[in-house]
Amino acid sequence: MLGNKGFFTCALSITILLAGVVRAAEVNVYSARSEDLIKPALDRFSEETGIEVNLITESADALIRRIQLEGSNSPADVLLTVDAGRLYRAKEAGILASVDSPILRARIPAAYRDPEEQWFGLSLRSRVIMFDKSRVSSGEIARYEDLADPKWEGEICIRSSGNIYNQSLIASMIEHSGEVATELWAKGLVANMARRPQGGDRDQIRAVVAGQCKLAVANTYYLAGMLNSDVAVDVEVAEQIGVLWPNQDGRGAHMNVSGAGMIKTSQNPNEARQLIEFLSDDYAQGWYSEVNNEYSIRANIPASVTLKRFGDFKPDSINLEILGRNNEASVKLADRAGWQ
Amino acid sequence: MSLIKLGSNLPFRPRLFRLRLWPLSLLALTVVLATPIFVVLSSVFFPAGDIWTHLLDTVLFRYIRNSFALMVGVSVGVLALGILPAWLVTAYRFPGSKLFEWALLLPLAIPAYIIAYTYTGMLDVAGPLQYWLRDMFGWSYGDYWFPEIRSLGGAVVMFSLVFYPYVYLLARAAFADQSGSVVEVARSLGCSQRSAFLRVALPLARPAIVVGLSITLMETLADYGTVQYFGISTFTTGIYRTWNGLGSTVAAAQLATLLLSFVFVLVLIEAWSRKQSRFYNTGARARPNSSQPLHGRLLLLAYLACGLPVVLGFIVPFLQLLYWASLTFDSIMTSDFLGYLFNSLALAAITAFVALALALFIAYGRRLFPSRLAQVSSRVLGLGYALPGTVVAIGVLVPFTFLDNKVSAFMVSRFDYNTGLLLSGTVFILVFAYLVRFLPIALNTVDAGLAKVRPSMDEAGRSMGLSPLQMMRRVHVPIMRGSLATALLLVFVDVLKELPATLLLRPFNFNTLAIRTFELANEERLADAAGPALAIVLASLIPVILLSRSLRQPSNTPSKKASQGASSAKAD
Repeated sequence: MLGNKGFFTCALSITILLAGVVRAAEVNVYSARSEDLIKPALDRFSEETGIEVNLITESADALIRRIQLEGSNSPADVLLTVDAGRLYRAKEAGILASVDSPILRARIPAAYRDPEEQWFGLSLRSRVIMFDKSRVSSGEIARYEDLADPKWEGEICIRSSGNIYNQSLIASMIEHSGEVATELWAKGLVANMARRPQGGDRDQIRAVVAGQCKLAVANTYYLAGMLNSDVAVDVEVAEQIGVLWPNQDGRGAHMNVSGAGMIKTSQNPNEARQLIEFLSDDYAQGWYSEVNNEYSIRANIPASVTLKRFGDFKPDSINLEILGRNNEASVKLADRAGWQ
Repeated sequence: MSLIKLGSNLPFRPRLFRLRLWPLSLLALTVVLATPIFVVLSSVFFPAGDIWTHLLDTVLFRYIRNSFALMVGVSVGVLALGILPAWLVTAYRFPGSKLFEWALLLPLAIPAYIIAYTYTGMLDVAGPLQYWLRDMFGWSYGDYWFPEIRSLGGAVVMFSLVFYPYVYLLARAAFADQSGSVVEVARSLGCSQRSAFLRVALPLARPAIVVGLSITLMETLADYGTVQYFGISTFTTGIYRTWNGLGSTVAAAQLATLLLSFVFVLVLIEAWSRKQSRFYNTGARARPNSSQPLHGRLLLLAYLACGLPVVLGFIVPFLQLLYWASLTFDSIMTSDFLGYLFNSLALAAITAFVALALALFIAYGRRLFPSRLAQVSSRVLGLGYALPGTVVAIGVLVPFTFLDNKVSAFMVSRFDYNTGLLLSGTVFILVFAYLVRFLPIALNTVDAGLAKVRPSMDEAGRSMGLSPLQMMRRVHVPIMRGSLATALLLVFVDVLKELPATLLLRPFNFNTLAIRTFELANEERLADAAGPALAIVLASLIPVILLSRSLRQPSNTPSKKASQGASSAKAD
């Protein structure tokens, strides 16, 4: 048995050992964006600044929970998510801190950042209606609301409402038309579904070309990713798909962001701020567009060649915080509407 | 310690067990390993608002119905696919039977969600087969009937194809251990080989088969990837939806608790079934099970029964993965790839050996020192296997971060130095989580092996003057070798495939093959995901082949000698 003295000597020597390790500048990133879609940009950041980046990827909810449990000792400096709802949830959980950065304020439009500047959108994607060019002409449908029109009975492919992008779409509909109208809409949509919701967004696109349905609802980068794929069949399928930008005569197409926030307990707040600023600069924004097929958060950065094929569009301009605020209501609404 | 009933009749009890050290350490071990489960259970004491009303009104019964239907379907599937081949390769010999013996294990190497992706890729409405049909016959969608792969039935088939090896493995071990004379006696009494199987061999193997079945069902309940991809609302998808969608950690944990109560019923049924048939079916065969040759139509049927599971459960998805990987080979083979492989193998190996050691400790203790504590402990430890991985991971994170933060606060107040998080975010917590999840399989398998060691063998060994260690080395290990190897294999392969706990608990910049596979598949880049998935499969082949070799070697002679004359199948 170690006596009291022994214990303290031990503890002290360990303490001294630990203290002796001099740390290089670093920033710890908890990312809901998968490694492939963020690591190249982080590597570039390290090259430019000499700041080492440590990365963990996992779903946003799990990361938020981990940060909460780790408490004041959490090593996390920056949280990256792939939707606005989760950024809002992180803020609500009280794990984010405001970042006072004139650069971010200047670069990122107000609709795409938190009013209290606890989180910042970094890349844009839209959830649009896609159709089979050979069987549907673009004039046949114009709005999300039309998806509930009985004329599309058995012709719509859309994935589960368990998916956050569908939840966010519902959340924006609640904001614009109210809960009652949106629930009616969701019921109409469910009645029009060609099949029980299944698979991912790309699967919906493929089902359109296979003839199971005429319309699909999917995020823009999935179609762009298929167009740029190494797999020839995917390219062939994607070529047959047309993109309809919904609600162009009204509020505009539903938008979502991937984004970042700084953790309240960050030990490296300067590095964290630098990283978020880097992800909004010209290089990173161009990279998001070229490699990830997302639209830049900044109007002056041109879209990639692939994205340009989808044409210009008018985005919905509601503040994305609303998507987070309405998220629970959206899920309950989908449950009531029988949208699995 | 009123729980502990002293005084077993077993003569052999090493010092450790005499000093009440065993019950104490078992209690400590159980409490530590069960903490994550208690964390989940404790959720029932917190209010979850009106979410339960909502769940009851809308989706809860669908979750229950689908989960139940899955369990029933998968039970039928794995029993149908697993038992017959196990009997065929042990009781008969035919060209290729040695090959089938281990090839039937191969589907274990394929994660359930991966097989789901491969079959969907082939059979989906947008897959090559249906395209070909439409082109060939000029059909368009709706002109013809084709089973929908992404359906409840499809999920049952997928799970059955990758989980039947659990039943096969345990059933085969049980059949192989049956004394040949038992079947021969049955035959001499006028039973055909078939009715000897139905009336003697199968009932004798029932406890082992039930173990295999319960492992299967727990895996089925814990699965998230497959049911989510197929769009089937089950308990697991419900837990995620409640947590991520409705934003209620408490209600999600309460759903998990409800799931656990179902599992607990399952566990009780298994225990009851084992008690119903307390056969001490000796591990040492007085005479090896003499295998019959097969000819003609029966041979054809045997090939069908053994070949179908291997072809559908392994070869077809393997070829699909190979094809996809060939499309994306250049982007897969990066320098990081070996690192992922190393991490995966190291974690799997470490966990497998630790789990085996703990399982041996618990199982031996229970044998030598039967008590209610021992029973309760193994039931409680068994629950971790059926919980979705993320639920376990959070259950692990809660006590570890709590402890880390307490230590850190103490060190700050005492030495003005912050130790930060000592254990959270290290490989240690990862292995711990794996143990919470996978110890039950090791424990079940070791238990099954230990059950083959009859008390009379201990007595015989003692009377020959063997020390406890000698007894273990010369009597128990040879008899149990197959079971020990099986335990190692199952845990190893499960850790290789494990995803949710690894994702949440891993240290910075730490990747495994399963994580790579998942991230790419999750972005719907199946072709890119095929490379790491293939590596998981190939890495799992190593232990599968090692296991099949260790199973083939006959038991050593000492055990036979020790148990000569103790060959009757029933005792106790």
